[in-house]
Amino acid sequence: MPLDNIAFEAKIEKDIPIEAKNWMPEKYRKTLIRQIGQHAHSEIIGMLPEANWITRAPSLRRKAILLAKVQDEAGHGMYLYSAAETLGGDRNDLYQKLLKGEMKYSSIFNYPTLNWADIGVVGWLVDGAAILNQVALCRTSYGPYARAMVKICKEESFHQRQGFEAVSVLAKGTQAQKEMLQDAINRWWWPVLKMFGPSDDNSPNSEQSIAWKIKRLTNDELRQKFVNNTVHQVEALKMTIPDPDLKWNEAGNQFDHGEIDWVEFMEVIKGNGICNHERIQAKQRAWDDGEWVREAGVAHAAKHNKQVA
Amino acid sequence: MTSMNWPLYEVFLQSKQGLDHKHVGSVRGADDQSALEGARDLYTRRTEGVSIWVVKSSLITASQPCDRGAFFEPSEDKIYRHASFYSIPSNIKHM
Repeated sequence: MPLDNIAFEAKIEKDIPIEAKNWMPEKYRKTLIRQIGQHAHSEIIGMLPEANWITRAPSLRRKAILLAKVQDEAGHGMYLYSAAETLGGDRNDLYQKLLKGEMKYSSIFNYPTLNWADIGVVGWLVDGAAILNQVALCRTSYGPYARAMVKICKEESFHQRQGFEAVSVLAKGTQAQKEMLQDAINRWWWPVLKMFGPSDDNSPNSEQSIAWKIKRLTNDELRQKFVNNTVHQVEALKMTIPDPDLKWNEAGNQFDHGEIDWVEFMEVIKGNGICNHERIQAKQRAWDDGEWVREAGVAHAAKHNKQVA
Repeated sequence: MTSMNWPLYEVFLQSKQGLDHKHVGSVRGADDQSALEGARDLYTRRTEGVSIWVVKSSLITASQPCDRGAFFEPSEDKIYRHASFYSIPSNIKHM
């Protein structure tokens, strides 16, 4: 093993963060650029289903909260693109790959937000699931990624809590509001479980990522944690989880959940989800419509520099 | 032209008057002013700072991790520069 690699592996072993200018195996670099890039894309695409409800939020308070949350998601995307850039990933290149469908984003954002209840459920369950993943990533071996995660986790906590507060109001509301909430939970529960990715025996890249401590917990471990955390929250709302096989496993000290429909998951990943096309189209339109802003920024900078010189 | 990235800036934030500015991340901006405004939007949405510095990343000179040994070595054998090097009798106070 070359000396550089021995030093790298020793750092991983001792939990010493890898920094941008440290030597790292090419595959470690590539894996991280892909993962951080896709994570950034997820934040950016994730703005769309919620932005869909900004103009229709039921009160000024909810509108202000939703605006702040969507702005946070943009910020999270920016932190993550910056982290990817420290590895030599080019921001523009990454973004173009998203638009061309050459890079993925979280499958969860390919489902539509049909009702106001969906917005509460997205904050509570989708952000709740994302937090579990991101808390684990605060200890990821690549320093700039870990630091971005620490910042993001602080802000995500607001996202989850505002979501739970919003669904709590519905849960205490009229019969129609309760039904709307149950319907949202029914539609989001399974897609949320799929956010953690394929099961461990079907996740080819996981082993190396765990060995390099890029991932600190496996997909199934995170998924299980989410289910264990969430069951009592659903019960507190007097709602139900749409899984007849969900049951407490005394021996395992966990809630066992039913079979996940991985065929449907793969279809969404492949681009055949309900909103895949719409999401990319919206980002392409935003990119095209924003061209004059990017040009104006450069023109203004050039003009100003000339005046200074 | 439009396919190019705006220049990269490093962002330093002073969280409270009297404290140091601390590196918090980076931001892209068309020019200094737009980088500063971008940094404000990106890093101080919850009053995390009272002052921001932005500096073009390309203007920073940094030590190289691969030279770490040789670069910092001269200070390693001078343990007498630390207060803990000196033993003071336990009956001596205020030192």
